Amino acid sequence: MGKMRGAIVVDIERCKGCNLCAVACPLNLIELTETVNRKGYNYARQHTVEKCIGCASCAMVCPDGCITVYRKKEE
Amino acid sequence: MKKDIVLLKGNEAIAKAAYRYGYDGFFGYPITPQSEILETLSLDKPWETTGMVVLQAESEIASINMVYAAGATGKCAMTSSSSPGVALMQEGISYMAACEIPGLVVSVGRGGPGLGTIQPGQADYYQAVYGGGNGDYHCIVLAPDSVQEMADFMGLAKELMFKWRMPLIILSDGVIGQMMEKVVMPPFQPRRSDDEIREQCPWATNGLGLKGRKYNFMSSLELDAAEMQKRNRAMTDKYNRICETEVRYESYKADDAEYIIIAYGCSARISMNAVDRLRSEGVKAGMLRPITLWPFPTKKIKELASHCKAMLTVELSEGQMVNDVRAAVEGEVPVSFFGRSGGVVPSPHEVYEAFKELVKP
Amino acid sequence: MTTEDIIQPENRVYGKPSLMNDTPMHYCPGCSHGVVHKLIAEVIEEMGIEEKTVGICPVGCAVFAYRYVDIDWIEASHGRAPACASAVKRLWPDHLVFTYQGDGDLACIGTGETIHALNRGENIAIIFINNAIYGMTGGQMAPTTLMGMKTATCPYGRQPDLHGFPLHVTDIASTLEGTCYVTRQAVNTVANIRKAKKAIRQAFENSVNKRGSSLVEIVSTCSSGWKMSPEKANQWMEENMFPYYPLGDLKNVNKE
Repeated sequence: MGKMRGAIVVDIERCKGCNLCAVACPLNLIELTETVNRKGYNYARQHTVEKCIGCASCAMVCPDGCITVYRKKEE
Repeated sequence: MKKDIVLLKGNEAIAKAAYRYGYDGFFGYPITPQSEILETLSLDKPWETTGMVVLQAESEIASINMVYAAGATGKCAMTSSSSPGVALMQEGISYMAACEIPGLVVSVGRGGPGLGTIQPGQADYYQAVYGGGNGDYHCIVLAPDSVQEMADFMGLAKELMFKWRMPLIILSDGVIGQMMEKVVMPPFQPRRSDDEIREQCPWATNGLGLKGRKYNFMSSLELDAAEMQKRNRAMTDKYNRICETEVRYESYKADDAEYIIIAYGCSARISMNAVDRLRSEGVKAGMLRPITLWPFPTKKIKELASHCKAMLTVELSEGQMVNDVRAAVEGEVPVSFFGRSGGVVPSPHEVYEAFKELVKP
Repeated sequence: MTTEDIIQPENRVYGKPSLMNDTPMHYCPGCSHGVVHKLIAEVIEEMGIEEKTVGICPVGCAVFAYRYVDIDWIEASHGRAPACASAVKRLWPDHLVFTYQGDGDLACIGTGETIHALNRGENIAIIFINNAIYGMTGGQMAPTTLMGMKTATCPYGRQPDLHGFPLHVTDIASTLEGTCYVTRQAVNTVANIRKAKKAIRQAFENSVNKRGSSLVEIVSTCSSGWKMSPEKANQWMEENMFPYYPLGDLKNVNKE
C-alpha cells in the first residue's frame, strides 16, 4: 500500500505568525520564517516538505484559515 | 360594506389594530398605563389567526432589541411601554435609527420624572422628539388625540416606518390610552409573505436569496470617522426630505384666528372646548394640533404667527413643546404656556381661563 | 512525486471554508475566535442552510464577525443578542438562528437576556466564547475571570472580597428547563476542535429542528489580554481554565 504524501499552501499575507500550526504539526515540519509579510508578521512555512503526510492538523488549528492541505497516495 | 364599529380603550385599539394591519410581532413588558396592549393581544391570540407573534419579554431593554432584530429581518414589529420603560428603550431606538431599521414604539405617557406617577402625562415630548439615545437621529413621532387615531395611526405607522426605514413612535398618553370611545376598526390586511419581504426589503438580514446576492448585515459600528460622517449626512438628507413631505397637523378654526392654542394629544381634546367657548364670546380663537411631533409643523405655525396676535401652548408637562413653538414663531408673536404635570389633568375651564388671559381688551 | 503533483484541486483535503471570505480578520495572532468562526462557517456550509440562517454578533472582540462569514448578520447592542435571536427565531421559525457572544457580553451585561432566552426554550443556539477577560476594551476583569487572575481592573489578582466570584453561567444554563443541550468545549487541539465542531453542529440542528435552546461554551484563550504567546496561552488555559471550567456535555436531552 502506498503511503500518504501531503503538502500545504500557506496564504502568506493572511498569516499572523501565531505559531500554533507549528505546535500542532505531529512531525514538527513547520516553522516561522525569518522574513516578514507585508503586515510585519513572520509567517509559517514547512521546512521539510517531503515528510508531510497531509494530516491537516496545522490547518485545523490555524485561527486565520491560512493553510490549505493537499494529500495524495504515493503510487 | 358594513363598518366594523366597536367600543374600545385606546390601548385595546392599538392591540387590535396591530393584527388587523398585519403586524408580524409584538414584544413588550408590562407597565401602567399601557398594559392592556399586551393583555389584549394575549387574550385575542392573533398567532392563531394572522400568525402574529406575541411575546412578553424579560424587560423593556429586551423588548426593544427584539423589535430591532425583527425589523432587521424585514418584519413589521412593535413594542409598547410607558415613560420609564421607554427610557430604557432609548439605546435600542438609537441603534434602530442608526441601522435604518423600521419598528414601532407605542409610548403611553405618564407623569414623571423617575418612577413618577401612573396618571397621564405629556412630559415625554423631549424623550420622543429629541430622543434619549446617543447620536444624531430622529424618530417619526405621531400623536393621536382619540381612540380612533390610536387605531388609524397603526396603519400610518407601518406605512411610514417602512417607507423611510426608521423607528417610529406613537406618543400617546394615559388619557388616550385608558379612555373608551367608539372606533371604526380597519379591515384585516394579510401579513406580508416571505417572498414579499424578500422583494420589498432587499436590505433585510433574513438569509432569503443569499445564494443570489451578497450577504446583508445590520450594524451601526463604523470606526472610520469620515465614513461615519458620511452615514450621518445621508441620514440627515433623509430627515430633511421627511421634514418637507411628512408634516401632519389638524387646524381647528385656526386660519382666521387671532388667538391660537397649540396642543397635541389629550391636551388638544381639552383645549378644543376653550376655543369653542371663546368663539361663542366673539373672540377669533383657534387651535393647531400637531399630529407629527417630528417632523414638527414649524412652517404652519410660522404662517399662523404672521396673522395672529398671541399663542398659547397647552401641555401636560412643565413646558416642552412650547420651545419648538417659540422657535417656529421666531419672536413674531408672544407664546404663553399653560401646563399641568405629575399626572394632573386640567379641566377645560382651566384652559379656557388661561386662554382668555391672552385676549387683550 | 513532486509537491506540485500533490497540490492539485482534486487532492485538496482541507482549507478555509467557502463561507469564510478573504477579508483579513482583525483578531490578534492565535486568537480562538478565528477557529470558532471557521467551524461555524464549515457547519453552515455542510448543513447547506445559509439561505435560512441569521447570525447575531455581540459587542466585544467578535463585533466584526459579520465581516468574515458570508451569511446574514445582525449586530446586537452589548448583551442583547439572545433577545435579538429570540425575536428572529420566532418570526422565522424554520431558520437557523444563533448568537455569538463573549463572556462580558453573555455573562455580565447580557445575563438577563441570556438566562431568559434559554429559560423560555427559544430554539436558538448560543456560541459562548469564554476567555475570562474583556479582550476588545483592553483586558479588564470579566465575570468569568478566575480567582487570583490578573487583569487591567484587578491588577493584583481577582479577590473575592473585592470582586466576587467567577460566574458559572454554563452550569446555570444547564439547570434551566428550556435548554436541551449545554456543553463546554475548547479549540486548543485538533481533537478538541473536532469535538467542538460536532457540538456546534448539534446546537445548530437543535435550532433548526426546534428542540429548545442550546449553549456551546468554548473555553478560549486571549493571548493579548493574558499577555502570553498563543502557545503559552493554550498551556495556561489547559492548566488553569480547564480545572475550573471542565470540558464536556453538561446536558443533552436528545441523547439517550
